[in-house]
Amino acid sequence: MSFGQGGSSALAPLAIAVPIAVAAILQAASERLPRKVVDAVATATAAAVTGVAAALLAASAGGRVVTWSAGWLPHHGFSVGIVLVVDPVGAGVALVAAGLVTLALVFSWRYIEAAGGRYHALMLLFLAGLEGFSLTGDLFDMFVFFELMGAAAYALTGMKVEDPSSLQGAFNFGIVNSLGAYLSLMGIGLLYAHTGQLGLPQLGHALAGHRPDALVLGAFVLVMAGFLVKGAMAPLHFWLADAHAVAPAPVCLLFSGVMVPLGTYAAFRVYWTVFSGTLPPDDVGRAFVVLGTLTGVVGAVMCLGQRNFKRLLAFSTVAHVGLFLVALGTVDADGTAGAIVYVVGHAGAKGALFLLAGILLDRYGSVDEVNLHGRVRDLRVERWLLVAGGLALACLPPFGTALGKSLAEDAAGAAGYGWAPVLFVGVSALTGGAVLRFTARVGWGLGTPPIVESGTTTGDEERETQPLSRVPITMVIPVVVLLAGALAVGVVPGVGRAASAAAHLFVDGAGYRHQALSGAPTGAVSTAGSGWTTGGVLIGLLSAALAVGVAAAGIWSRAVRRRLPAVAVGAPALKVLRRLHSGHVGDYVAWMVVGVAALGGLVGLPLR
Amino acid sequence: MSVYPYLVAGWLMAVGIIGIVRGRNLVQTVICLSVAQSATYVLLLSVGYQRHATPPVFGEPASKPNFHVVDPVVQALTLTDIVVSATVTALLLSLAIQIHKRHGTLDPNELNTLEG
Repeated sequence: MSFGQGGSSALAPLAIAVPIAVAAILQAASERLPRKVVDAVATATAAAVTGVAAALLAASAGGRVVTWSAGWLPHHGFSVGIVLVVDPVGAGVALVAAGLVTLALVFSWRYIEAAGGRYHALMLLFLAGLEGFSLTGDLFDMFVFFELMGAAAYALTGMKVEDPSSLQGAFNFGIVNSLGAYLSLMGIGLLYAHTGQLGLPQLGHALAGHRPDALVLGAFVLVMAGFLVKGAMAPLHFWLADAHAVAPAPVCLLFSGVMVPLGTYAAFRVYWTVFSGTLPPDDVGRAFVVLGTLTGVVGAVMCLGQRNFKRLLAFSTVAHVGLFLVALGTVDADGTAGAIVYVVGHAGAKGALFLLAGILLDRYGSVDEVNLHGRVRDLRVERWLLVAGGLALACLPPFGTALGKSLAEDAAGAAGYGWAPVLFVGVSALTGGAVLRFTARVGWGLGTPPIVESGTTTGDEERETQPLSRVPITMVIPVVVLLAGALAVGVVPGVGRAASAAAHLFVDGAGYRHQALSGAPTGAVSTAGSGWTTGGVLIGLLSAALAVGVAAAGIWSRAVRRRLPAVAVGAPALKVLRRLHSGHVGDYVAWMVVGVAALGGLVGLPLR
Repeated sequence: MSVYPYLVAGWLMAVGIIGIVRGRNLVQTVICLSVAQSATYVLLLSVGYQRHATPPVFGEPASKPNFHVVDPVVQALTLTDIVVSATVTALLLSLAIQIHKRHGTLDPNELNTLEG
């Protein structure tokens, strides 16, 4: 038995412990420290964690890095210890999280003024939660880190205590996510009762090969509930738009860039490691494809109808999460590889757009499409960055989003979902088109000033700083870095192959269990070639062109409505869908129950 | 081990959720969340319970290996759970206080800054 106890296996606990320690120190000392020092310490810590995560990614490329806390090694598949298991997907998520926190903190140097050291401490606690959640190999620890990042996230969302809508958004976010976490904990309790285990590898080992009974199915659905609330799967997504519309821009970057995708990551991490030996992949995959498609459609339609730019971006995140779920729902390595590339590219594009929304808010005190009409002409660089972000969201090659989309489309087609490219192209075109429409209206003043509709959230919001006469360079650089990152994912050769190798390890639940419990590394992974194809490039170009069309149609919409009766017919349905997003936390929880029941039905009924 | 505690756990979760769905006051919503969470305490503790077993406290000298105790793991989980609950409840209640200050109401039906 060989567990590497030196070298890289000591890195994983560091990624979690360091930000918590620094957060505690900052919280205690921030009153006495000048703001610049607090900024520097927090940013340096996040950068150091980024370095640790990068080292972990490099170390895990050769196989999983397993760390049993305090050396409580397993004997005959049983251990009382708590385990961190780092594979390339986990380390990659941890790297993206730490990188985004670093950029968010740099952006905040000139952005968040009032909060003092408390903001930085919360950001570092949030980072610790993200790192722990992605690196742990223990189901109960996942719950604990879920709640750690949850509590930090609720507080960050409601930070502007002067702003009424900010408080309501944070409250809804907190209630819905915590309830989801408690449902997960119920599921964890049932699994423990059934197997006497809490570690992912031990649980999977105990369940593998047995026919699933009602208890296992119930535990699966309950555990998934919490992760899918975080992952904003329809109809569990309602909190997301409220929280994103009100949270400070750098916090939104973290929510959309990594926290929400992390929910889908967790759902499939737990499926592959714990349940893949007992619940048939076809049934589980089909359930996620169905609900993912619903999520994509709801998100894209709602996205198009928004005038508040942050809320628009939030619904675009919902739509993209739907695509990730469909890609992961292919339950094979190719679809998973596509999802990985797509998630990373999306984090860059969406993160840049949220930071640009923050810049708009600071300068004009609004992110509202109606109020800003034609007023952003003086931001000559930033409006082009908005265009670039919109095109990246619309999957224009060679952005990483386009590569991920093309890989996911191919995998979904191979898995028997031949209609999937229509969904992927539609969602990309609608969400990218909505961003381009906003940009063309505010940045170039195209079209007539739109008609104000009632029953929608406006984009007037309290500033996070004093009004800025010019945009500080520390706020523009993170935007450029994020867009460059989204581009690099698509351009740098070998990204597709690395993602494919990572995906093969991710879906190899049996190998995960074996290596964590016995220490034996798994054999070499086959890496199929996965990169750009002519078809993928063409479909990417098509979706970008459609996005421009959607934007144009949105700008001159009255003419469109007169010529296309279908649009007018869809309006009442859209009104109903909008009314469901009521801002009422009770409604959201009721929908959550419906969503959990739907998941249970979709997975459970075929088992009978 | 009787089925009764599991029914209680399920019932607590159900009434907690119903309370949040039908709630007319945000403080009530937070309390109902705590009720729903109590379901997890009951479930975890009943998972580890054994009839005629003693608390998992081992004195000196070290006890015999097959000593008959209730499961300490779920008790540790419940403690962690309670800590999490205290944090989240305090945070949500402070948000509710702030909402009351800004809006002058705690009725979710009258809060309408976020819709559509």
